[in-house]
This record gives sequence, C-alpha cells and structure tokens, in this order.
Amino acid sequence: MSAGTKAWGLHLLVLALVFLAQFVLPSYHATNLARIMVLAVFAMGYNLAFGYTGLLSLGHALFFAAGLYGMGLPIWHLEVAAFPALILGLLAGGVMAGLVGILALRTAGVSFMIVTLMFAQAGYLTLLYLNSWTGGDEGFVVARSARVLFGFDLASDTPRFIAAFVLFAAGLLLCLWLVRSPFGRVMVAMRENEERSRMLGYDPFRVKLITLILSGVYAGGAGAAYGLLFGYVGGSFATIQYSILPMLYVLLGGAGTVLGPFLGALLMFYLIDITSGYTDAYFFVVGAALVALVLFAPKGILGSLRERVLQWLP
Amino acid sequence: MPHSPLAEALRGGGWLGDTRAQMSFGPFLLLAVLEGTVMAAVLALTAVGLSLVFGVMRVVNVAHGELYMLGAVIAWFVTFYLPLPPAMGWLAALIIAPLLVAAIAALMDTLILKRLNYDPEATIVATIGLLYMLQQAALTFYGPDARPVVAPFQWRIQLPWFGYSGYKLFVVAAALAILLAVWLFMTRTKAGLVMRATQVDRETAQAFGINVDRVYAGTFALGGALAAAAAVLIVPIQQAHYLMGHDPLLLSFIVVIIGGLGSIRGTLVAALVIGLSDGIISMFFSPTLAKIIATLLVALVLVFRPQGLFGARA
Amino acid sequence: MAAMIEAKGLTRCFGGLRAVDGVDFTLESGEIHGLIGPNGAGKTTFVSLLSGRVPVQSGTIRLQGEDITQLPAHQRVRKGVAYTFQITSVYPRLSVFDNVALASQSHSAGNVAEGVAEALAKVGLTGLEQAIAGTLSYGHQRLLEVAMGLALKPLVLILDEPTQGLASGEIDGFKTLIRSLVPNTTILLIEHNMDVVMDLAHRITVLNFGQVLAIGTPTQIRQNRAVQEAYLGGDDAAG
Repeated sequence: MSAGTKAWGLHLLVLALVFLAQFVLPSYHATNLARIMVLAVFAMGYNLAFGYTGLLSLGHALFFAAGLYGMGLPIWHLEVAAFPALILGLLAGGVMAGLVGILALRTAGVSFMIVTLMFAQAGYLTLLYLNSWTGGDEGFVVARSARVLFGFDLASDTPRFIAAFVLFAAGLLLCLWLVRSPFGRVMVAMRENEERSRMLGYDPFRVKLITLILSGVYAGGAGAAYGLLFGYVGGSFATIQYSILPMLYVLLGGAGTVLGPFLGALLMFYLIDITSGYTDAYFFVVGAALVALVLFAPKGILGSLRERVLQWLP
Repeated sequence: MPHSPLAEALRGGGWLGDTRAQMSFGPFLLLAVLEGTVMAAVLALTAVGLSLVFGVMRVVNVAHGELYMLGAVIAWFVTFYLPLPPAMGWLAALIIAPLLVAAIAALMDTLILKRLNYDPEATIVATIGLLYMLQQAALTFYGPDARPVVAPFQWRIQLPWFGYSGYKLFVVAAALAILLAVWLFMTRTKAGLVMRATQVDRETAQAFGINVDRVYAGTFALGGALAAAAAVLIVPIQQAHYLMGHDPLLLSFIVVIIGGLGSIRGTLVAALVIGLSDGIISMFFSPTLAKIIATLLVALVLVFRPQGLFGARA
Repeated sequence: MAAMIEAKGLTRCFGGLRAVDGVDFTLESGEIHGLIGPNGAGKTTFVSLLSGRVPVQSGTIRLQGEDITQLPAHQRVRKGVAYTFQITSVYPRLSVFDNVALASQSHSAGNVAEGVAEALAKVGLTGLEQAIAGTLSYGHQRLLEVAMGLALKPLVLILDEPTQGLASGEIDGFKTLIRSLVPNTTILLIEHNMDVVMDLAHRITVLNFGQVLAIGTPTQIRQNRAVQEAYLGGDDAAG
C-alpha cells in the first residue's frame, strides 16, 4: 500500500468512526463531540499556520471571533439567514487574518507572537468598546429561529451533530489534501528554512500570507459554526485564552499532523471537563499541559508516533 | 481598564459623576497627572523587571504579571497573619514578598526555562503555561475574592482643591528609590557587571568563567522581585486578586516594546509616557479606547520600528 | 557568445568596508566561469548581489539583456538564476525526494516526479529518494544541493564552493557532472580548490579587495603577475 492510500484510508476511517459515535454515545457526550469537532476545525487552522508553516501565532482568537461575530452580527442586526451568515463568518476570519498578516508577517519569531497577541487584544477591546453594537462582554444569544440550516434545526441534537461533522470532515479532508499537495510541501519548506526556500524561487511573505488567510478561514468557519450550533456569541471567545487553546490542542495532538488537532482537542476537552468537576481552578491543567508538552513532548502524541513507527503519517 | 487607579481615585474622592463638572480644568488635570505619576512609577518597576529579563536572557516572560500578582497575594498573607501593626506588617511584606517571588522565579528558571535552552518560542509557550499554573494556584490557595491590605500610614495632603493620599506620593518615592537601587546594583556592583557582560555576549562571558546559569537564575529572580515589590507598593491602593496580573503584564509589554526591547532607559521613559498618558487620556476619553490605541501602537512599533520609539538601538 | 549576465559598477558596502567595489562583470552564455580570490575578497558578497540575497547599492545587473537589479531573490530564481549555498543548506528533516521536488515544482508545476528523477540521476543519487536528507553523508548532501540547483532548470547556476569537503574521488565525478551541464546551463563557480577551477573554467575572474584584479583564461590567469603577487603567491595558495 502506498503512503497516500494508507493516509486517505486512515483519515476516512477516523471520519467514519466519529460519525458512527453519535449512535453510541449518550446525548451529553454526543454534544461534547460536536463541540470538539468544531474546536478541532479551529485547531486545524492553527496547525496549518503553526504546525506546517512554523507561524507561532498568539492571536488566533481574533480570527475565531471574527467568524463568530461575522456570523452573529448580521443575524442579530440584519436578520440574515443562517447559511449566508456562516459564509460571512468564514470570510470574516480570512479577511481578518489577511489584514493582520500583511502587517504581522513583516516580523518573525517572538515579534510575530507579540504582534499577533497585540492585534488580538486590540480586537477584543474593540468588541468591548463597541458594546452597544456587539453586546460587549455579555454578548448575545443567536435567536433560535435563525439557527435553521437548509430546514434543519441546529438547536436539536442530531442536526447539530451532523452539521458539526460535515464541517469537520470538510476541514480534515481539505487539510489532508493540502498538506500532501505541492503547496503543502512549500509550507513545510518555509517552516524548515525560509532563506533556502527563497532561493528556490518562493516568496516567503506570499506563502505565509496565503497560509495565514487559509488558517483564518478555518478559524472563522469554526467560530461561525460554534455560534450557530450552540447559540451564543460573546466577548470571552476573543480573549487570549482562545488563542492559547488551539495552540495547546495542536501541541498535544502533534504539530504538523493532520489528525493531531482533533486528537488534542478531544483529550484536552475531556481533561478540562473532568478536572472542572473537582475544582474551580481547572485551568491549571491547561498550564501544566503546556509546560509538560514543551519540556517533555514537543512533538505531541502523533508527532512522536510518526517519528518512531508511522513515518507515512501526514 | 477595570482597575484604573484614576477612576478609583475619582470615585473615592467623590469627584466622579455630577461633582466632576464642578471641578475646574486645572485641578482636574493636576489630579490626572498625580494619578498618572503613581501609575507610571509602579509600571516602571514592573516593566524594568520584564525588560531586564528580556535584555539579559532574551526571554519574554509572559508569566511576569503573575509574579506581580503573587507579590500582592503574599503581601496580603503576610499582613493578615503576622501580628504586627499595619506599618510593620506592610514593611515585612515588602521584604518577604519579593524574596519569596524571587525564589519562585529562580525555580521556574532552573526547572523549566533552562531545560528549554532558552529557545525563544518554547520559553514563551512555557511561560504561558506557568501563567495559568500560578494564577490557578492562587485561585486555589487564596480564593476568588479581592482582599484589601491596609496602608502603612493614613494621612492625606490637603491641597486647595482636593485632598490627596500621602501614601500614593510615598509609592512614587519608594518606586524611585528601588529603581535607583537597581541602577546602582547594575552599574556599581560586580554582580551587576557580570549581568551586563552576559547581556552583551553570553559566549564570551562563559569563556571568562562566568557561571551563566547562575546569572540567568539571578536575573529571572530579580525580575520577579521587582514585579513583586511593585505589587506590594500598589496593594494598599488596589486590592489583591488572583486575576490582577493581567493588566500589569499587558502594560509592561507595551512599555518594554515601545521603550525598545531590552533597553532599561527606554523602558523608564516609556513607563513615564504611558503611565501619564494613560491616566490623562483615560480621564478625557474611554480607558478602553486608550488601551486599544496603546495595543495597536505596540503592534505597529514592532512591525515598523522594532528598536522601539525611545530606545537608541535594538 | 551572447552575454547571459552583465553586471556594471556593482557596489556594496558593509559599514565602512567596500565589500564589492565597482565590479564590471560579464558571464557569457554557455561558459563555465570561475570566480576566485583570497578570503575576504568579496566573492560571496558578489554572487549574493547577482542572486539577489543582498540588495545592490549601486550598479546594474542584466540577465539576457533584461534589467533585474531591483528584482527580489525569489523572482531572479524564477527567471533562471539559481544559487547553491556554500554551507550545505538542504532541508535536513525532509526526504531527498521532497528536497528536490521543492526545486522542481518551483520551475514547473508539470511532472515533478520526472524532474526529481532526472536531477537525482545527474548527480548520481538515484535510489535515495526516500532517505531523510539530514542522514546523508556530507558528500551526498553537497550533491543533493547541486541536484536542487539543477532541478530548477536554471539558465545560470551559481555554485558557491561546491567541492568543499568532498573526497578526491567525489571531486572527479563532480567535474564530469559540471562539464555535462554546459552549454545548456551557464555556470558561475566560486572555488578555493585551484585544480578544480583551472581544470573546469573556460574563463576566470579574480577578485581582490572587492575589485576585479584580472579576467582571462586559466593560462592567462596563471601567468598574470598581479594575480601571482596578490593571491597565488600569498598564504592562500592553491591547495
């Protein structure tokens, strides 16, 4: 079996298992899984930038929030229907990432991290500042009547799960195709050695900007879907915490692996869920996981696995 | 800004709301400048700690705000549990809190940062993890409430237009004294010389027999101690709370970057400018707007003028 | 022969040092041109100006008559000026195939696998496609670097000290390889190994203190008094 066949086979199998899980899992966990799938799409976008292209951003919450509000505000103020609102959210994520990228990509490394952090912080504060229009910190509820996609009520369990699954499957397969494509190879080349890549005829700025926009589209799509599926748009999704979480998911699952973001989101979601049953300080595990990962397993679960056994893993 | 000292001063002094119109412009501005100076002094102390760590170790310590928070929380514990009169209790806190925080910081350096070989991106991720760990530990052991620390003395200076807290003026003087001590330490002592030598050229310093590991641990400890000292100074004005590290971190970042990364002199100038202008701008405009402008300014400075606005060179 | 690259009055200073100082230079189409000079003569800076890695302060560079002075490096590569690094600069964590494929797909999006196979066959690395580049021997990494240059199908291939660190047997193979590339590809060769330059080059340019000291055939250069004094007679004699 070629590496390509194995890769496609594995990912289709994972998708099939996730799809079937809804028939087995109790309702509470099925809803969790829907949430995890949407967060995994966010993390996949983060992974395209960080894992494959080496762009360590601390500002992805801004792109997620752009999607969330790009979907939510038109529904709230203009009574736009769910599907066009979803597309608007997706685009808002991409446009925001493009704008940030044009400036931030003039820097690299630590400066890039801080610049993206500052832009995201400015975005969050802007949401608060324009509170009469955005709902500020409290945010707003997406009207149940607006949460209907092609006739399906997204507030009920099965359509919500399937909608999350469709987004997740599309994100995963697009990611798999992309990283196995010639452009995916160039993304990795930028991560590994930017100067060498320039001398092979690639414009680093252009490659990184395209990647960041794509990453923003993923984040925006995830944000828009999150708001639609779970019915709430709020300022907390624009805080630094939502830039850290996708980074953590990716680091845990394995940066630069297609399935890593999903695996990381799944494990971390339940780790936080279980811890929060015992203590209010459940975010401690987020901090501890970050420290432990950079110290002991910087390649994450699937990255380490690829290094040792599954060399063909994309 | 939730904890604008200015807004609090106005509220405490009864100047907010309808009385505001009765105060003429001159005294109003004087009050703003006084508040701004207090803020600038404390900010300078915090930011110099961050700047020192970045200058010598090239480490961006995202957990710096939490070291500040720990300083305040420890101050509360000391003043609450030591059976001393307020002035003595506070004085004890001013000694104990920085020492304890310095020890914690030195541990963070030896156990974690050193093992990452001070890789810039990995240390940022690790200090983000430490941020959450320290913050959530404080939530566990100190609790979610904001608690006051009694000021060491209570006299007010009666100006013709309003009364002003003598303690706040003392804060400015104390901060200046500590900064002077740091300056003397850096320029007049052997340890300071060793630190500056390490900053200029790590390899050469090592070749001359300087124990770089110890210098780094010491620098990180000193940075933490400065943040803690700033917190002990401020805690009689603002209460101790487990989330209080966020704002000082952001403002210190702003100051250090605008002042020029690693430049102590630039940091001081920027602290003064930012502290004063934040106080004054917040008085006439929304504090949120002031913060939006400041964060965007930082991002743009990093993109277009990475040596900072006041630093001579990077 | 027509001029492939024509540079006029190229200058680049670093601080007070004039690393390249008013150099006029012509690379004829289809030749192997050697670039020599003592350490610090400005050879690497000069080819960095040609390849666009370092911006030109004054002077012009033309590629087949077209002014490329202001083009950024990656666009010059696309126009056919390829550069192989002095210090081996392959992607150590990627496979040999991916390394060469990155070059090949940059030249044309067509059949990448074919381009890779062709380039690897030329340098004799066929069969190592799936090896991780960082695990190759140093000599093989140098050859991989050359293969990446070849896969770009360049008009001009600038080789910066390609034989450094190669065993003598490998050098013979390398010479044969370079001869097989001309006249389809024009070669600019920076080389410390005097035997290799004298043997391969049709013409040689000697740089000293950022200026052109002499241009000529290997025989002319060998007999040039100024070159002998400045360079061949010095500490840095042919090795």
